[in-house]
Amino acid sequence: MLQVRKNRLWKLIIILFLSAGGISLILFSLNSKLDLFYTPSEMLIADIKPGYRIKLGGMVKNGSIRRDGTLIEFLVTDFSEEVPVTFDGVPPDLFKEDSGVVILGYFLDGRFEAEEIFAKHDENYMPPELLIDEVKA
Amino acid sequence: MITAFIHKFSSPKSFVNLTEKIYPFLIIFGVSMLIFGWAWGLFFAPQDAVQGNSYRIIFLHVPSVIFAELIYFFMAVCALMHLVWRVKLAAYLIKSAAPIGAMITFIGLFSGSIWGIPTWGTWWQWDARITSTLILFIMYLGILTLHGSFSNLEKADRLMSILVIIGVINIPIIKKSVDWWSTLHQPASISVSGSSSIDPSMLYPLFISVIGLGFTLIALGILTSRSYIFTREKNKRWVLEHV
Repeated sequence: MLQVRKNRLWKLIIILFLSAGGISLILFSLNSKLDLFYTPSEMLIADIKPGYRIKLGGMVKNGSIRRDGTLIEFLVTDFSEEVPVTFDGVPPDLFKEDSGVVILGYFLDGRFEAEEIFAKHDENYMPPELLIDEVKA
Repeated sequence: MITAFIHKFSSPKSFVNLTEKIYPFLIIFGVSMLIFGWAWGLFFAPQDAVQGNSYRIIFLHVPSVIFAELIYFFMAVCALMHLVWRVKLAAYLIKSAAPIGAMITFIGLFSGSIWGIPTWGTWWQWDARITSTLILFIMYLGILTLHGSFSNLEKADRLMSILVIIGVINIPIIKKSVDWWSTLHQPASISVSGSSSIDPSMLYPLFISVIGLGFTLIALGILTSRSYIFTREKNKRWVLEHV
């Protein structure tokens, strides 16, 4: 390789290295601020100002959904801590027990008052027959 | 040796001659694979156990975002060739690939939003995956705007290439965003090593859609870059002879 091309290549490598370094520093300092939601264990120890709207994410605990009209109560768990949630409204179709959920709302006196509920779905795709087989097995 | 190879195949003239015969075949192959993959995916693949029929937008969404990232990666390789070896063709290819990349990134974001409404219950959340993909879309537009803002085209080519190189840092961030941060978007279904959490009855049509869209986009890229080469080299004798 010609010397002049080597120099250009080195310049490029340095540009790439410096900008990658800068962006990594930004990302590392933002760290968990880039998370979309708190998990129940994170939320219980986090210092959240009252009246501050936050997002809570986790799994809907199996057997915890209780409905009364449009009022829904359930527990969100990350398998070490759980938080009781109340919601008045229509959740998305994919909202169900043992399934991921992200909730927007307020954390007040150990209860989470949900304003909106989003359902998470996992990365598995299969026909319904296979799911039934899997549950049997 | 690498330099000799680059110089032999990197003249705009040889690119135009080389692609003359093959692009009609690429279009026919790409579009028919795409129709085949989509017909299979939309009408014959089974429903998803959890999402029912709404998962079928995967056959548009996943191929689009794969090529949103791959086209950017291709542009970064071209930028390297342009900046180190001063290959003019590489800059022409970046300039012609960027609008296609912007278009396919937009389709990826748009189809993802449509998918989000029935499944997540929202069409937009500022989670790491969605936001970094939006940044990719803005990068594409920024690259085109930067190139358009210089009257000296050689300077425009060079600065555009530097911006493309810097922006390539975003690609691994998009890829790993679902692992590094908590997101509404689910983690990857298909890994680079080849394992997949999609049932084969849905994975085959998805794979065919990806191949089909890939060849369609290559053909589209050849078409736009040929016309861009003719515009840029319109005073060269070979262009006058060719057209």
